[in-house]
Amino acid sequence: MTLTLEGVSKRVEGQTHIHRTDLTLQNGTMNVLLGPTLSGKTSLMRLMAGLDAPTTGRILWNGEDVTGVRVQDRKVAMVYQQFINYPSMTVYDNIASPMRISGKSKSEIDAAVRKSAEMMKLTPFLDRKPLELSGGQQQRCALARALVKDAGLVLLDEPLANLDYKLREELRAEIPKIFEEAGSIFVYATTEPEEALLLGGHVATLWEGRVTQFGETPQVYRHPVDATTARVFSDPPMNFLPFEKRGGSLHLDGGREVPAAGALGALRDGRYMGGFRPNHMELERSGAGDIAFETRLAVTEITGSETFVHLDHHGTRWVGLIHGVRNLRPGQALTAYLDPAHVYVFAEDGPLVAPAAYVEAA
Amino acid sequence: MSDVTSAPGAASIPGDVSAAEPQARTRRRFRPNGSMIVMVLYLLFLMLPIYWLLNMSLKTNAEILSGFSLWPRNLTLANYEKILSDPSWYMGYVNSIIYVTMNTVLSIVVALPAAYAFSRYRFMGDKHLFFWLLTNRMAPPAVFALPFFQLYSSVGLFDTHIAVALAHTLFNVPLAVWILEGFMRGVPREIDETAYIDGYSFPKFFVKIFMPLIASGIGVAAFFCFMFSWVELLLSRTLTSVDAKPIAATMTRTVSASGLDWGVLAAAGVLTILPGALVIWFVRNYIAKGFALGRV
Repeated sequence: MTLTLEGVSKRVEGQTHIHRTDLTLQNGTMNVLLGPTLSGKTSLMRLMAGLDAPTTGRILWNGEDVTGVRVQDRKVAMVYQQFINYPSMTVYDNIASPMRISGKSKSEIDAAVRKSAEMMKLTPFLDRKPLELSGGQQQRCALARALVKDAGLVLLDEPLANLDYKLREELRAEIPKIFEEAGSIFVYATTEPEEALLLGGHVATLWEGRVTQFGETPQVYRHPVDATTARVFSDPPMNFLPFEKRGGSLHLDGGREVPAAGALGALRDGRYMGGFRPNHMELERSGAGDIAFETRLAVTEITGSETFVHLDHHGTRWVGLIHGVRNLRPGQALTAYLDPAHVYVFAEDGPLVAPAAYVEAA
Repeated sequence: MSDVTSAPGAASIPGDVSAAEPQARTRRRFRPNGSMIVMVLYLLFLMLPIYWLLNMSLKTNAEILSGFSLWPRNLTLANYEKILSDPSWYMGYVNSIIYVTMNTVLSIVVALPAAYAFSRYRFMGDKHLFFWLLTNRMAPPAVFALPFFQLYSSVGLFDTHIAVALAHTLFNVPLAVWILEGFMRGVPREIDETAYIDGYSFPKFFVKIFMPLIASGIGVAAFFCFMFSWVELLLSRTLTSVDAKPIAATMTRTVSASGLDWGVLAAAGVLTILPGALVIWFVRNYIAKGFALGRV
């Protein structure tokens, strides 16, 4: 089974929500739609489900055009960010409802409901109404309903966003396992790069209604095709550093000049945009090749075992993720170190020129 | 939080706590405060006309006309007996109930899909149309008495139950749409979509999933339709003569040879209040939301 989007786009009242998109999702895969809010994740999902009709393009299911087919007649299941259940039915009836509609036998329904309820740890609550459950249980009920439907395409639209941290971790671990055996196409929208990496499979990064890259998750993470993808697939966002390569040295903003080491030395002369992830910024020199930056500390955030430092470097805001708790005062001068091997090089208008050296080595 | 902090304190001074409470209670019992006086006055003014009606309905005509008495000296149920045994009286109730029920059912059945459209879809002029709905309620029914009378007479609907029911939908459908739309807007659109994804067809979704969710709204809307239709006098009197004559018309037309039959009229009044009171009892928990037209 495959789901193919062919030149699909969506315009609403003159505004383009989804730019021309070509995408093919394979059977039995987990596909993560990663992007910030309003990047078009939900719009894209609604097109895939058939809730909205695309303005242009076709949607193929196993090679068959299903663009105009009613959502009732497609084999899809969807779970929303909000906990959507039928409040007037019991949990049992909620889970059973898609099977009842499709006319399955009573015993078949009962077996499937009990199996998925067991999987979702809902067995003790089958006689309750959804609103009498906790948020996590409500969402599990919605997931169970999506599961029993035996749909070829399961769409999960930020299903864990409204849950508290503990539950989210718990469910995030369960979801891939549960859906692995179902063997359908899974599409999972999220705003968090970390979630995409934990779920594995494939990832499509979205930015302002455009799929910037689609591929295997680690591949996309390590080899982003452009600066936008790299920014989307990094939390906190990737830091950028404009520089000019001239001869054997890099000219940075503020008139600084550093020798071009390693892969950076192989670049053709010209203006580039360097990008590095927050976790690659250090406050101590770790290698002889490190480049030092004089910065001013704007804000620190301590998460318990890690410290986020927001640095001001010649008017550009950088974020660094430092291990351990540091006692730093906002406003103080701070020297940040960066290993050139951790720098991605992008052309000024975005496309990747050279991935970071550490990626190539791995 | 507060009970956690007060618990250790209370344990350390148990005598103090137990002594203070009954004292406060006795003081409250013997000195009525402001809100109590207001409440008593309110109930007094509210209940006085109703009590007086009840009082009259249990008296004989002679007693009513003879002078002032706070309660019936010669308690009699003859007035009620007359109403419940004389067809020209009790058929008034039957007629009223028939057209009120017809009107309520008709209004809700028409208003449900209309309200759904207003709450879910955007179409040309939807906002204006929604407001215009209410303009029908701004005109007094008297305005429509003449056209309705002429129209219904010429098509042979005069003096039928459906004539009154249809006339009242002019006022009730807009109100029902307005109320129901408020309730429907409170139901997330994702529930509709989830139902479609699950395979529900629209009618099945509407009846099996959507209507239970707005059941209280339907109840409130039905109540308002019932109430308007039940108390409306002008149209129902104009459009009927004998066969569909409502109780309110019967009451206001009853003048016997010996003058007004005060006791029977009062008894009819009491019986007219009853259905309304009964319906209010059933929807009392939703009525506040209904008055806010679902927009709470």
